[in-house]
Amino acid sequence: MTKRSGIRPPRPLIAAAVVSALLAFIPLAYLIVRVVSAGPDKILASLFRARTLETTVTSVGLMVVVVSGCLIIAIPAAALLTRTNLPGRRWWLTALALPLAIPSYVAAYAWIAQFPAMSGFWAAAFILVAVSYPYVLLPVAAALRAADPAIEEVARSLGKSPFEAFKTTTLPQAIPAAAAGSLLVALYVLSDFGAVSLFRVDAFTRVIFASYRASFDRTSAAVLASILVLLALILVFAERKVRGKSLQYRSASGTQRIAVLTQLTARARLLSWGFVAVVIVIAIIVPVTSLFMRLVEGSRRSLDVAELAQATLSSAGAAAAGAVIAVALALPIGLLTARYRSKWSTGTESVAFAGHALPGVVIGLSLVFLTINTVPVLYQTLFTLAFAYAVLFLPKSIGATRTSVAAVPPILEQTARTLGRNPFTAWSQTTLRLSWPGIAAGGLLVLLTAMKELPATLMLRPTGFDTLATELWSRTEIAAYGAAAPYALALIALAAIPSFVLSMAMSRDETKNQDPTPRLDTVSL
Amino acid sequence: MTSVRVEALSAGYGGPPVLNDLDLMVNSGQLVAVLGSSGSGKTTLLRVLAGFLTPTRGTVAFGDRQMSGPGIWVPPEKRRVGIVPQEGALFPHLNVRGNVAFGLQKSDASAERVAEVLAMVSMSDFADARPQELSGGQQQRVALARALAPRPEVLLLDEPFSALDAGLRATLRTEVRELLTTLGTTTIMVTHDQEEALSIADKVAFMRNGQLVQMSKPSTLYQEPTDIETARFVGDSVELRAVYNGGETVDTSLGPIRVRGEIPASARSVIAVLRPEQLVIVDPHAVGSVNTGGGLGSVKAITYHGHDSLVHVTLADGESITVRVPGESVVAPGEHVRVIATGPASVFEPPVE
Repeated sequence: MTKRSGIRPPRPLIAAAVVSALLAFIPLAYLIVRVVSAGPDKILASLFRARTLETTVTSVGLMVVVVSGCLIIAIPAAALLTRTNLPGRRWWLTALALPLAIPSYVAAYAWIAQFPAMSGFWAAAFILVAVSYPYVLLPVAAALRAADPAIEEVARSLGKSPFEAFKTTTLPQAIPAAAAGSLLVALYVLSDFGAVSLFRVDAFTRVIFASYRASFDRTSAAVLASILVLLALILVFAERKVRGKSLQYRSASGTQRIAVLTQLTARARLLSWGFVAVVIVIAIIVPVTSLFMRLVEGSRRSLDVAELAQATLSSAGAAAAGAVIAVALALPIGLLTARYRSKWSTGTESVAFAGHALPGVVIGLSLVFLTINTVPVLYQTLFTLAFAYAVLFLPKSIGATRTSVAAVPPILEQTARTLGRNPFTAWSQTTLRLSWPGIAAGGLLVLLTAMKELPATLMLRPTGFDTLATELWSRTEIAAYGAAAPYALALIALAAIPSFVLSMAMSRDETKNQDPTPRLDTVSL
Repeated sequence: MTSVRVEALSAGYGGPPVLNDLDLMVNSGQLVAVLGSSGSGKTTLLRVLAGFLTPTRGTVAFGDRQMSGPGIWVPPEKRRVGIVPQEGALFPHLNVRGNVAFGLQKSDASAERVAEVLAMVSMSDFADARPQELSGGQQQRVALARALAPRPEVLLLDEPFSALDAGLRATLRTEVRELLTTLGTTTIMVTHDQEEALSIADKVAFMRNGQLVQMSKPSTLYQEPTDIETARFVGDSVELRAVYNGGETVDTSLGPIRVRGEIPASARSVIAVLRPEQLVIVDPHAVGSVNTGGGLGSVKAITYHGHDSLVHVTLADGESITVRVPGESVVAPGEHVRVIATGPASVFEPPVE
């Protein structure tokens, strides 16, 4: 019997969800309005400027290079760490996941501070691979671990060598996970602002930011932002399609058997260690060492602890306000999608996906235009900044709400009704009571992620309002590397918390033998 | 005490109707089992009765209180129904006492009522336990206590014993039956387990494709099923090609068998349905009166069930039949046997092939 009741959702819930969806849609809608109102001549003119083509080629090229790099690192590493007897493989896997905690602009800054000559496309690609390969590594490792060993054993019994059997039976089961991970990496690269800016690569985000700052050239910036959104939308939809297809082949339900691990020879073991060690050195040891060296060297000015504390408080305050708005907007949408399958739920749910397709720089740009043109009182206010955070990270909050609500059986709420509770009381005493820890955790994730947000913060913050991210940014811009180090380390410490939560959630998923792929809404873009 | 009257009820989830013009009458104080395979609409019926799902047509009344009908829909909290969901569905954040007290007004009397119903289901010692600490059977007891605490007029049980192991299921079933008889609460229980339905209910309502096919006493449902599908669902059946011979019997490969009810005058060819315990195996070489009648065949296979065995016999003309014998079978596969039928049989039109 269907557990998702066919009952029409209550009207107030639909109304609240639609209002939330519309609010979250404002930045994208205003961007479209801006572009359209510029008129076809201006649109065509900016579309066919040589710079537009160059920017597109640069961004797409960067995307392809980084995704390839991630696959080249992640697939062998995942196979080594899940299907061989490499000593210390659990530890290695945890270590390899650590770059999730390093925002791209922090990694870029750390490398530049050590090697000031680094610049350009290949430097940016190098850094982006180093920070984003875990998005492929983790799901592929999980898929390989979840793959039914019986299928590989059958292939062996049919005369295939160990490697042949792995290649023809187990590896294909990891392809959907690798594809989904690749799309997340592509989206990450497309939205990334920090690394491309520091290495002076003219990708979309940097060009949009520059044209906004230099000339307020609105049409050109808006057209570029639209192309960026379009590319991101394609990736988001592709990710959805791939996810739908990612099914696990298991010959039988029941207790999962442990795969027999491939025994490595001494030489293979040394090579494998070398490979993993090189990745860890590049992705973690070099940047972290660089940061600590800058910290120890210090700067001409000694560290202003009060300033650091103030920046942390500002970051936390703005991000907390954003998280509160995000949870409020997500609650009706998450409820509707978890409890009712209807055109309303699918409609409002797609807002979440639109949210994924809006890089911070686009939301920043759109809200700058919107506030200046319609409500100048709100231009560069804490409220607008918090609202930008809420829209940017709304998918995370919707995801958390939906999952937590879906985990509460509807029969509990229905039973409460038969025991005399009115609809609202029944809901608050069962569904809400049982799902709020998950909803709150989603809000916390939004808070922590928003604290590292850079481009929208740069564009929307009130004058004189400095966060950890903007302080780091302004110091790296003037090459005050020593002074930036404390801020960078503080940001890594913050980012480590959601990464830790994510890896915990993923290992939990794994034991439940469910879809092991990290979802868009758990990724910190 | 309250009766339940359902008339011309249709309901669904937006697609084709799951319940289609269903009528059901449950007398005050009765325990009715609604029996059907998955997809028959029995759970949907329960949801409509509880008020979780609004029907598209038809009426539901508890006693003289109309629950739903044209322009009328009473929300679940006003219906005075108690529900025991599958696997209990206890509130995980409340202890046993909190669960049972959930439906009671907070007062001094509520503590007494909690103690009273917990005693009814023999769970007095567990008032402070968390649901997670209870076994499956204990959770069901608490769920029943929680439903009974506010003294509902109608009690709804949704496959309440299906998650329990066989031994516990039988014990709990008997206890619940006794408790409900004492309380006299009108009860509707949904199940797909025919043995459960036959053993616990005053009446069994057999559902198929969203409609009520037959509602009768358990023994009547078993012995006089209304059609051949019902016969098959309710128990093991023996189906024989039969020809109406003008008298009170039909001719089959087991000889003439007395039939129940009237045979439609036009039907020459029919299907006679018997239960395996209506057949007897005799030694084909024995002399005397048992030497005649019945039909000859050979034993194909034997299924041993402990308390009885089913002997699968292929008759001379190729028809397959099943005979129930107590305990272990005395005949072995391959042996030739004579099978005698003791009527009466139910006869049905042959299914259109």
